[in-house]
Amino acid sequence: MIALLARDLRLAIRAGGGFGLGLAFFLIVSVLVPFAVGPEAEVLARIAPGILWVGALLACLLSLDRIFQLDFEDGSLDLLATAPIPMEGTVAVKALAHWITTGLPLVAAAPVFGALMSLDERGYWWIFVTLLIGTPALSMIGAFGAALTVGLKRGGLLLSLLVLPLYIPTLIFGAEAATRGIGGFDNTTPLLMLAGITAAAVALLPFAASAAIRINLR
Amino acid sequence: MSAVELTVTDLAVARGGVAVLEGLGFRLKAGQVLVLRGPNGSGKTTLLRTLAGLQPPMAGEISLPPEAIAYGAHADGLKGTLTVAENLAFWARIHGTHEIEPALADFNLQALRNRAAHSLSAGQKRRLGLARLLVTGRPIWLLDEPTVSLDQASVALFATAVRAHVAGGGAALIATHIDLGLDADIFDVGPFKADPQAPSRTPSAFDEAFA
Repeated sequence: MIALLARDLRLAIRAGGGFGLGLAFFLIVSVLVPFAVGPEAEVLARIAPGILWVGALLACLLSLDRIFQLDFEDGSLDLLATAPIPMEGTVAVKALAHWITTGLPLVAAAPVFGALMSLDERGYWWIFVTLLIGTPALSMIGAFGAALTVGLKRGGLLLSLLVLPLYIPTLIFGAEAATRGIGGFDNTTPLLMLAGITAAAVALLPFAASAAIRINLR
Repeated sequence: MSAVELTVTDLAVARGGVAVLEGLGFRLKAGQVLVLRGPNGSGKTTLLRTLAGLQPPMAGEISLPPEAIAYGAHADGLKGTLTVAENLAFWARIHGTHEIEPALADFNLQALRNRAAHSLSAGQKRRLGLARLLVTGRPIWLLDEPTVSLDQASVALFATAVRAHVAGGGAALIATHIDLGLDADIFDVGPFKADPQAPSRTPSAFDEAFA
């Protein structure tokens, strides 16, 4: 499984691998919003957690269909299905690789982009924490959606439609936890809900996704 | 590689919910090469995918040792941005083997080892896809048209690899239209063609959705 992770990371970094695609999108959103909303620091700081969370979510969505589609097209997925690694493990590793190449850079970059949105230090911290807890759920739910649509030509649109409703709880609790934290309120409840969604997604969805892939390979 | 044997009893396989072959029965023993024959669309690929465990059989039984199958499909499962050696080393590590040099040598790929796979010709890609079989360490090879886009010399390399594999106690089931010059038994799937109109063979939409 480490071999699979290493391969996916290497593929992402090589030319055309899509590494940085999400990050560039995230940067564009964070740069454009102040232009559109206006330079008032107070307004920007108030909408920043929501904007950053929506930006991270859409950036994540951008690269979802690559998780399984490329392996499906070149036959690797068939061969992985007959390999000694259980399909659940393959799915989990590929979701992890997606998170490392998409989610983790977003988490690391969010405080920097927060500066563009006039956030203060407390804002950097809470954006960082909520994205760190929430983005693994985005990758795992996305991998499930990608598994459902893997055999479809031009499945990207369907994938977005399937996955976006599933992203809403993560978005609500993530943005809520960040907003409350920045405002200086107690945000334990939304943080715990966010962590719970991530834990449930990571624990359950590999099984659902691998079942979906097996059906799509037939 | 003890007790390597693939036994198929009264097997029916389906593509898209419609039976294509039924009543299949054969045995593949260690040291044996079985060549599947049949016209295009007769269900050879479907049969091989079913045996590889990629789709469930419609009826009948497949008996084989666990983790015994190496499946070679039309697509080679290569990553264009990885080099030849990296592609092969990946599959070796996935299967828990580490030696890729013999496989490179057997398919005459040493000179290409540091070339990116996307710059290979179709025949070279195919050779790399076949070299993957050697690094899986699996005893039963299921091959679907393995010689497509290979030149004569490469077909000979392939035949040599298959001979060495079965001599070492392995077995191979090969769907092919050309004569590989192997000491092989022929299994023609033609007589087992299913009647697609038979109502009992067409599952309802409900079964298909929840199968």
